[in-house]
Amino acid sequence: MSVTDLEPYTTEDGREIGGVVMEMKNITLRFGGVVAIKDISFDIRQGEIRAIIGPNGAGKSSMLNVISGFYTPSEGQVWYQGQPRPAMKPFEIARQGVARTFQNIALFEGMSTLDNIMTGRLTHMKSSMLSQGLWWGKAQQEEAKHREVVEKVIDFLEIQNIRKTPVGRLPYGLKKRVELARALAAEPQILLLDEPMAGMNVEEKEDMSRFILDVNDEFGTTIALIEHDMGVVMDLSDRVVVMDYGKKIGDGTPDEVRNNQDVIDAYLGVAN
Amino acid sequence: MFYNTAGQFKTSYTKDQSLFPVKQDAILLGVVLLCAWIIFPMTASEFTFKTMLMPVLCYSLAALGLNVLTGFAGQLSLGTAAFMGVGAFACYKLITIFPEMNIIVAILLSGVFSSAVGVAFGLPSLRIKGFYLAIATLAAQFFLVWLFEKWHWLSNHNPSGAIEVPNIDMFGITVAGPNAAPVTQYYLILAIVTLITIVTINLTRGNQGRIWKATRDMDIAAELIGINLLKSKLTAFAVSSYIVGVAGALFVFLNLGAAEPNFFDIPLSFKILFIAIIGGLGSVMGNFMGAILIVALPVVIKFLPDAIGLEINPATVEHLNIMTVGALIIFFLIIEPHGLARLWQLIREKLIIWPFPH
Repeated sequence: MSVTDLEPYTTEDGREIGGVVMEMKNITLRFGGVVAIKDISFDIRQGEIRAIIGPNGAGKSSMLNVISGFYTPSEGQVWYQGQPRPAMKPFEIARQGVARTFQNIALFEGMSTLDNIMTGRLTHMKSSMLSQGLWWGKAQQEEAKHREVVEKVIDFLEIQNIRKTPVGRLPYGLKKRVELARALAAEPQILLLDEPMAGMNVEEKEDMSRFILDVNDEFGTTIALIEHDMGVVMDLSDRVVVMDYGKKIGDGTPDEVRNNQDVIDAYLGVAN
Repeated sequence: MFYNTAGQFKTSYTKDQSLFPVKQDAILLGVVLLCAWIIFPMTASEFTFKTMLMPVLCYSLAALGLNVLTGFAGQLSLGTAAFMGVGAFACYKLITIFPEMNIIVAILLSGVFSSAVGVAFGLPSLRIKGFYLAIATLAAQFFLVWLFEKWHWLSNHNPSGAIEVPNIDMFGITVAGPNAAPVTQYYLILAIVTLITIVTINLTRGNQGRIWKATRDMDIAAELIGINLLKSKLTAFAVSSYIVGVAGALFVFLNLGAAEPNFFDIPLSFKILFIAIIGGLGSVMGNFMGAILIVALPVVIKFLPDAIGLEINPATVEHLNIMTVGALIIFFLIIEPHGLARLWQLIREKLIIWPFPH
């Protein structure tokens, strides 16, 4: 399989990979004189796990922020579901079905695990403030209906026992999992994971890898992730984009990328 | 033992999401409501109504309004008193322009005016946060009090700028003004406070509450999961100012009977902020605890030395009161930033497992 091959296909483990769902076209991102991303193009296909890797400061997180709408690219465009995405506020992009987790955990510390995950559902909730204030009719039904979805996510990620615990009291690994739960609860089209395994021990990494694969397998969610652990990236992802100093230096299957001379140079340095 | 939750199973999400999943909480609230609705009115004297019960309710409501904004949505405000003033003056104008209007309707409508003013002064919150926003609301505080003094139309051209509540009847009973009986006024205030408190509890535990709390805890993450921060902050300002405005109208119309513009000056704002902090930011119940403490404290300080035979002059009482409140604020900010409500929460957690250690 090569990158340019856009026919739908089935992977070795039997997952359906569809057409292009999101495409970055010549994205450049500048902060004043600093060029964080320089003319990068790549696509994300329906149902695949797409990894973005690169050494520190390569611009991976900036790229993810462009996708999730936190940054507006200085040049170039993001195409989503076959159309160029107009300039939008981040919350509007979230409502279109792009959910994400954060490199530094960004949970709402004052709320319980359950409430945190419930916030993931808010793009689906429609009851008026009046109805909510009276806790009657639509608001009450909605609350129970979405609770059911959230409970499924809680079961899926095996965090039943911390349902009512304030997230401030949770250990790091569980916080990461709750954050994933919050993003999953939104039932996104594309799930962006910014270093889902940073700072975890081997067992926690194994758990997280299993969850990522299960999410992709069971819900067919398209996943784009940034990760530093090469073993994890190469095992999980269908295709990998490699960035260095804001430029794309490689793109392809894990095997192609592993044998790419530019990528090897970027990671190991070049002998002078 | 008394708070044992074992055996209280929930069989549906609706039941688990009910207001009191724990039976004992409901019983406790029932006792409090029984006191408020039946026992206090039967036993209290006119003086107690005027100086204790009604102010506690009005302060609680104002603090509840502030808490929606500061405790739940995380937007610091120092303009509470001015928004109370907007409510009171709006109610005064409504009553004098439409004398047939029912007083309850007028009070509930006056909140709409303070809500609009609150949203207008809340607009800067989109750009500025924390202390800087507090300063912006401080501008509202000074500007509005100045407006109450200078715009004589508001007080129907009373030279002092003060509003005096006329005698107002409702269904043949005098409910406001010099001839009203305190007990009827108490019941009116209690009814409105109960109603608004219930609505606020529902708002803060549902989707809107989660939106506000998300805005408070981490606004960037909130925006990236689909929260419109503009809407979230402005609804917080609107709801908060509505409640605060109704509290102001209630305070002046049903308790004080008259108010000068400078009554709504910054000391009142601080008093309400203190109630919210001591009671507990981000809590509904805490406002009531804080208000009881702040209103009861001067009375206790006044009567306690008498009771044990110490003679103390009134000025010293006043100073002692200020010192105690100051000490309490510092105590709570350092030891328990979540206030009395959190203290109660801790006691409750201990009670649930008592007498066993785990």
